[in-house]
Amino acid sequence: MSEAIRIYVPIDAAALSVGAEAVANAIAKEAQARGIAVELVRNGSRGMLWLEPMIEVETPEGRIAYGPVAAKDIAALFEAGFQNGGAHGLRLGRVDDLDWLKRQQRLTFERVGVTDPLSLADYRTYDGLKGVEKALSLTGAEIVEEVKASGLRGRGGAGFPTGIKWKTVHDAGATQKYIVCNADEGDSGTFADRMLMEGDPFLLIEGMTIAAIAVGATKGYIYLRSEYPHAHRALQRAILKARNAGVLGQTVLGSGKAFELEVRLGAGAYICGEETSLLESLEGKRAIVRAKPPIPALQGLFGKPTIVNNVLSFAAVPWILTHGAKAYADYGMGRSRGTLPVQLGGNIKRGGLIELAFGISLREIIEDIGGGTLSGRPIRAVQVGGPLGAYLTAQQLDTPMDYEALAGIKAMLGHGGIVVFDDSVDMARQARFAFEFCAKESCGKCTPCRIGATRGVELVDRIIAGHERPKNLAVLRDLNKLMTDASLCAMGGLTPMPVMSALNHFFEDFDRPPAERLPLAAE
Amino acid sequence: MAAHPAWDEDGARLIIADLSHLEGATLPILHALQEEFGYVDPQAVPLIAEVLNLSRADVHGTISFYHDFRTAPPPRHIVKLCRAEACQALGCEALVEDLAREHGIVVDSHDGNRDAVVETVYCLGNCALGPSALVEGELIGRVDADRIAALCGARQ
Ligand SMILES: Cc1cc2nc3c(=O)[nH]c(=O)nc-3n(C[C@H](O)[C@H](O)[C@H](O)COP(=O)(O)O)c2cc1C
Ligand code: SF4
Ligand code: FES
Ligand code: FES
Repeated sequence: MSEAIRIYVPIDAAALSVGAEAVANAIAKEAQARGIAVELVRNGSRGMLWLEPMIEVETPEGRIAYGPVAAKDIAALFEAGFQNGGAHGLRLGRVDDLDWLKRQQRLTFERVGVTDPLSLADYRTYDGLKGVEKALSLTGAEIVEEVKASGLRGRGGAGFPTGIKWKTVHDAGATQKYIVCNADEGDSGTFADRMLMEGDPFLLIEGMTIAAIAVGATKGYIYLRSEYPHAHRALQRAILKARNAGVLGQTVLGSGKAFELEVRLGAGAYICGEETSLLESLEGKRAIVRAKPPIPALQGLFGKPTIVNNVLSFAAVPWILTHGAKAYADYGMGRSRGTLPVQLGGNIKRGGLIELAFGISLREIIEDIGGGTLSGRPIRAVQVGGPLGAYLTAQQLDTPMDYEALAGIKAMLGHGGIVVFDDSVDMARQARFAFEFCAKESCGKCTPCRIGATRGVELVDRIIAGHERPKNLAVLRDLNKLMTDASLCAMGGLTPMPVMSALNHFFEDFDRPPAERLPLAAE
Repeated sequence: MAAHPAWDEDGARLIIADLSHLEGATLPILHALQEEFGYVDPQAVPLIAEVLNLSRADVHGTISFYHDFRTAPPPRHIVKLCRAEACQALGCEALVEDLAREHGIVVDSHDGNRDAVVETVYCLGNCALGPSALVEGELIGRVDADRIAALCGARQ
C-alpha cells in the first residue's frame, strides 16, 4: 500500500463548535470503507473561523484547503479526489496562497494551524525551543534587556512594557519568585489566548520558562478561565509532555535550572482577570482587588515577587529571543511595536484571528479582511477592546490599531478584540448592558463601582422610559465621572468608556420617543 | 450528563486530603468536589476549613464569591449561553426572548424541579461564530432557540 495521506482537521474549540469532530470521524470512516490509508492530524485553527471546519490535505504541491466542510460532504469529497487535492466546490486552494493568511504577519501564531499542537517533535521542527535555548546562554539581565529592547507591551489590556516589569522582578531580592500567566481572557470578543493555548501550548510553556530563567523563579501558574475546557485539556497534556521531555522540571533542558508549571482553573468571575484579584484567587480567597502599591512585581503571589503577564505577552518572547529584539521591533508603529493578534467577531462576514503589525486601520480589518457585516446591513457601531472598551462609529474606523491612537479618540485597544454591530443595534441598550455587566462582576470593594453600576442601570432604564430625560442624562454624566475618577480598578474606572461613547456618538438612541422602543428582554 | 454520586463525607474527605498539599488549595478542592458531586455541599465547609487551617467564614466566602460553584445538586442539563457583546451582535437576546416565548424556558431561572437550566455566561471565546453555548464541556457555535430547546430536552 502507498504511504498514508495526511489530512488535517482542526481540534480548536471554534472549529469543534461547528462540527469538526463529526468531520474527522466521517473522514476516518469513509477512508476505511474505501481502503485508503489516511493519517489524521488534529491541528490548531488557521483562524479563518468562517471557513471552519476547514480541512487540509498534504499534496506534493503543498497543503490544499477545503471548507467549510460538513460531515455529509465527506463522501463527495473523496469521490472528487480531494485526498489528492482534487477539484470540488469547497476547494479553497493552497493554504499558503490564501489571501487572508498572506496579508498577515504571523510571529506569535506562526505554528498555529500548521503543526499538531501536542507534538513536541513538530514544535522542534518548526523552530520551537530555540528561544529558551538562547535564553539559557544568556544572563537573566541580558534576557530582560532583550525583552525591553523589543518594545513588547503587555497584551492583556493595559499595554505596560513587559521588559520593565521583568526587570523589577529580576532586581527584587527574594529566594522565592513566581511566574503567573493571566489566561483568564474574560473580555468578550477575544479568543486569541484560547486559540494559542489550544493551537500551540508549548509556546506558552516556553515563554513562561524563559521568564523564569530571566528572573530566577522556579514555580509558575497558568490561571485559566473555567469556560475554556478545551484549552485546559491541551495545557495539561502539553505540560505533561514537556515535563517528560525535560523541558520542564528539576533541570530545564539539562541546565540545572528548575521550573515547574501548573494550571489552575478560575471559577467564572470576570474580575479575576485583574491581576491582583487573580492573585487573591490563586491564593484560594475571594477575588477582591488589592490596592496598589505594593505592585505584584514586588509583592505578588503569597507576597513574593511575581511576574503576571497575559498569554500573548509570554508567547511573544520565544520569537523575540530567537530572532532578536530588533527584528520584532521592526514591526509596528510609534510606541506599539511588534504584532498584535486581532480578534474579529460579532456581526462579521469573515471573522477570526488575524495577526498583524500594529498600525493597520480598523476599516481595513473590518471591511477588507472581514468583508463587512454578516447580515449584509450597514455597520453602525464597533466595540474595540472588550466590555470596557469604547463603541466607535463607522466614521471613526480609519483610526489605526495603536495604543496611543485609540487613546486619542477616547477608546482603547485592550486585548485586541473587535466586535461589529449592524444598524439594528440599540446603543442605549448597550450602555445599559455595560452597567449591568459591571454590577454583576464588580468585586464589591469600592462604592463607586459596586453602587454606581447599579445606579447606572436604573438611570439608563429611566432615560429609555422617557422619565425626566434632561435631569437623568445629567446625573448619568456625573455618575460616569465619579466612577472614572474614584474607582479602585479599571472595572469601575472604565465602565464609563462604553457608556459615554454610546451616549456621545449615538445620542439619538437615548432620545427616542419611548413608545418606539421594543421591550427589554427578560433579565 | 454523567450522574453524580450523592454527597458522602468520607469521599469528600479523601478528595480534600488528596489536594491539601497544594499552594492555595481552596479552588482546586472546590472544583474537585463539584466535579465529583455536581455541587459543593455546605457540609464540606468545615472539612475544608479544618484541613487548610482556615476559618469557616473564609471558605464560605470563597464559595459564594464565584459564579461557578453551586451549593445544591445541579439539574440534569446545564446549557451555558453566552450573552456578551459579540453574541449580542448576532441576536442572542432575541434568542433569550424566543426561548421564553416559544419553549417556556426562562434563562437563569432555577425555579421548580426542571431537569434543565439555561444559564447566562459572558463570552465563551467563540465570538466569530456566535451565538455560542457550552453544554457539558462541548462548545456549540451558531446556535438558535430550537437547538437550545433540544439540548434542554424540551419537547415543544
Ligand atoms: C477588570 C479587569 C479585567 C482584566 N482581565 C484581564 C484578562 O482577562 N486577561 C489579561 O491578560 N489581563 C486582564 N486584565 C489586565 C491585568 O490586570 C494585567 O494588566 C495583565 O494581566 C498584565 O499582563 P500584561 O502586561 O502581559 O498585559 C484585566 C484588568 C482589569 C482591570
Ligand atoms: S472598581 Fe469595582 S472591581 Fe475594581 S476594586 Fe472597585 S469594586 Fe472591585
Ligand atoms: S471605597 Fe475604595 S476606592 Fe472608593
Ligand atoms: S461574546 Fe459570545 S462567545 Fe465571545
